[in-house]
Amino acid sequence: MTTVERAGAAAAVDTPVLEIRDLSVSFPTETGTVSAVDGVSLDLASGEIVGMVGESGCGKSVTAMSIAGLLPASARITGSVRLDGTELVGTRESVLRRVRGKEIAYIFQEPMTSLNPVLTVGRQIGEVLQVHERMTRRAARARAVELLTLVGIPSAAQRVDTYPHQLSGGMRQRVMIAMAVACGPKVLVADEPTTALDVTVQAGILQVLRDLRDRLGTSILIITHDLGVIADIADRVVVMYAGRVVERAPVNDLFAHPYHRYTAGLLSASPTPGRHAGTDRLQEIPGLVPVLSTQPDACTFADRCPAADAGCRDSAPPLEVARAGGTDHLAACWHPCPSPRSQIEEVNR
Amino acid sequence: MMPEPNALEVEDLVMHFGPVRAVDGVSLTIPKGRVTALVGESGSGKSTVGRCVVRLVEPTAGVVRIAGTDVTHLSRRQLRPHRSAVSIVFQDPAASLDPRMLVGEVVAEPLRLSGTRVPRRDREARVATELERVGLRAEVARRYPHELSGGQRQRVSIARALISEPRLLIADEPTSALDVSVQASVLNLLADLQRDIGFACLFITHDLSAVEYLADDIAVMYLGQLVEKGSRERIFARPAHPYTQALLSAAPVADPVRQRQRQLVLLGDDLPSALDPPSGCRFRTRCPLAFDRCATEVPAQVAIGDGMAACHLVRPDGTGPDVRTADTSEVLS
Ligand SMILES: Nc1ncnc2c1ncn2[C@@H]1O[C@H](COP(=O)(O)OP(=O)(O)OP(=O)(O)O)[C@@H](O)[C@H]1O
Ligand SMILES: Nc1ncnc2c1ncn2[C@@H]1O[C@H](COP(=O)(O)OP(=O)(O)O)[C@@H](O)[C@H]1O
Ligand code: SF4
Ligand code: SF4
Ligand SMILES: [Mg+2]
Ligand SMILES: [Mg+2]
Repeated sequence: MTTVERAGAAAAVDTPVLEIRDLSVSFPTETGTVSAVDGVSLDLASGEIVGMVGESGCGKSVTAMSIAGLLPASARITGSVRLDGTELVGTRESVLRRVRGKEIAYIFQEPMTSLNPVLTVGRQIGEVLQVHERMTRRAARARAVELLTLVGIPSAAQRVDTYPHQLSGGMRQRVMIAMAVACGPKVLVADEPTTALDVTVQAGILQVLRDLRDRLGTSILIITHDLGVIADIADRVVVMYAGRVVERAPVNDLFAHPYHRYTAGLLSASPTPGRHAGTDRLQEIPGLVPVLSTQPDACTFADRCPAADAGCRDSAPPLEVARAGGTDHLAACWHPCPSPRSQIEEVNR
Repeated sequence: MMPEPNALEVEDLVMHFGPVRAVDGVSLTIPKGRVTALVGESGSGKSTVGRCVVRLVEPTAGVVRIAGTDVTHLSRRQLRPHRSAVSIVFQDPAASLDPRMLVGEVVAEPLRLSGTRVPRRDREARVATELERVGLRAEVARRYPHELSGGQRQRVSIARALISEPRLLIADEPTSALDVSVQASVLNLLADLQRDIGFACLFITHDLSAVEYLADDIAVMYLGQLVEKGSRERIFARPAHPYTQALLSAAPVADPVRQRQRQLVLLGDDLPSALDPPSGCRFRTRCPLAFDRCATEVPAQVAIGDGMAACHLVRPDGTGPDVRTADTSEVLS
């Protein structure tokens, strides 16, 4: 089974490092089941940066956390997540713990909550190395200085002895990245890593992530709701809506011609350079992301979509090749946008 | 005839919290009916300026004039008749609305606080009008804030801010906590209301794309002081101050082709402390163009049209180097 599916993907030169297939996640809650993720499939190639975008509640974080088993025990997970061919869904916690430290690393929005306030940053990075790489304390400290330098912290030899609260938000996020890449993970999952930061600081963090990919070949899944961040750093983009992947494409293709109506909506809702209230209205997407208890056989965007018809409410659109000739641009929409983005914006004016 | 007073005049505003020099000499004028954006990094003092203007705090020094009236040191009681002239909307609508009050009471509260007696019937009618104006149904008045979505709650805070018919609205990061689609509707709403009602607005934000969309004028703040002021057109086309240039270069644009051709200026993460700001030019510890004089001499404000820039390298005609294109290797090495 594994070999068959891999043969399919092997048309590309690289076998993906991470393969997510038909992943679904639901949570039993007091008010009933919440279906958070429905049938998500996604590959991450070696050295690739994939951006995942969507409004809050679309299932981005749940997808991310399910990769290396970070979800609460109550979560019901089906489908498959394979790292270099090894299945992770349903694997023992002890195995997952090793995978998390060494092969798949995470960084989150708020670095302070993930750092230990009473340990110096050097000790925290060092502990990771002592546990996973069996380094001596002294070697770990020296390596910590190297890592802090790698993520762009000036005078790392001094900073290694500071406590998290003595650092700015941007510096703390750099420390988190240093810790995350300490054991040379194949995959880095970054969930809104710059959302809490100023743009000036964000620019530096994105630069560090790009650098890691270029120098170490780390594959990165970056989650954000900011299309500017996606435009800056992603090679490919996955758009999520209400738990499903609705569009997937190389970054230039997605911005040049979004096919799914939700993607198009997100793009024209953003105030972009040159637009001003005096001459131009932002396109609103009416309504809200639904919280679903069961996934309907329908397009879940239909209630907010200007192009919805009865067919959209009758059956779920499959994720299919959107454009003849380009097999890497997929969209799940019965009535995909016919024209590229520039023309859509003209019409909306 | 007397010319109409400016909606807001702030002169040499200083706000120190003990040793923290949050605001350190800010001057700013917003003419009637115009939108001025106040931008800058976290901790630069933007919200503190807003809180001084609505007199949530009493400034340490300087003058705040609202529609011509000096309100800098008025007591709570003396402020009452002026309360209706200025309103504020905050970033987090969940935290700024009292969860025990019905939406209708929340929206009507400024009328009660201003001390003017409004009969209950009229009050309800005005609440209904205000809710409809921000795109909510009048029935929402009988619900609690937590029963609404984030975007709806932000509409409620805008309705509440506008019921007293202020001449000046302070909007402190009104869209930062919202998703893009909801943000679009709140920005459209603010633009529509501003055009229809004609209030002036101090729009505090770190989102430069929202600034370009909504603002007429821009003031750039760094560590408690303004480093540049100017029209939206001028600031986006020809930013004069190195900090403004770096800030604009750091904000990514949602277009991968253009974004990847842009020249990025990295400033380093460490905003110096407001406890002990650098001597001379406060930006010098991060400025790629800093030279000797920057450490010893506070840069004067060079007038550029109606605005200004405070940097030694900006020439009297308003031109100067651009850190996005300048060769800074010499200075850096
Ligand atoms: N009540 C207070 N007591 C002490 N320090 C304060 C107080 N209020 C603000 N400050 C400090 O004043 C400085 C400016 O804060 P302010 O909230 O005005 O920044 P801001 O520009 O609005 O930042 P942000 O973008 O994060 O909202 C900061 O150093 C802050 O910690
Ligand atoms: N532990 C949980 N229990 C119940 N529901 C959850 C849990 N975690 C997430 N959800 C729900 O799953 C959906 C997707 O959440 P999330 O992945 O966090 O969204 P995003 O990261 O895209 O903002 C939301 O409706 C959220 O409320
Ligand atoms: S399938 Fe139908 S409802 Fe869904 S996005 Fe496409 S057109 Fe809209
Ligand atoms: S005065 Fe000096 S340090 Fe300040 S912005 Fe100008 S060049 Fe940079
Ligand atoms: Mg999330
Ligand atoms: Mg603030």
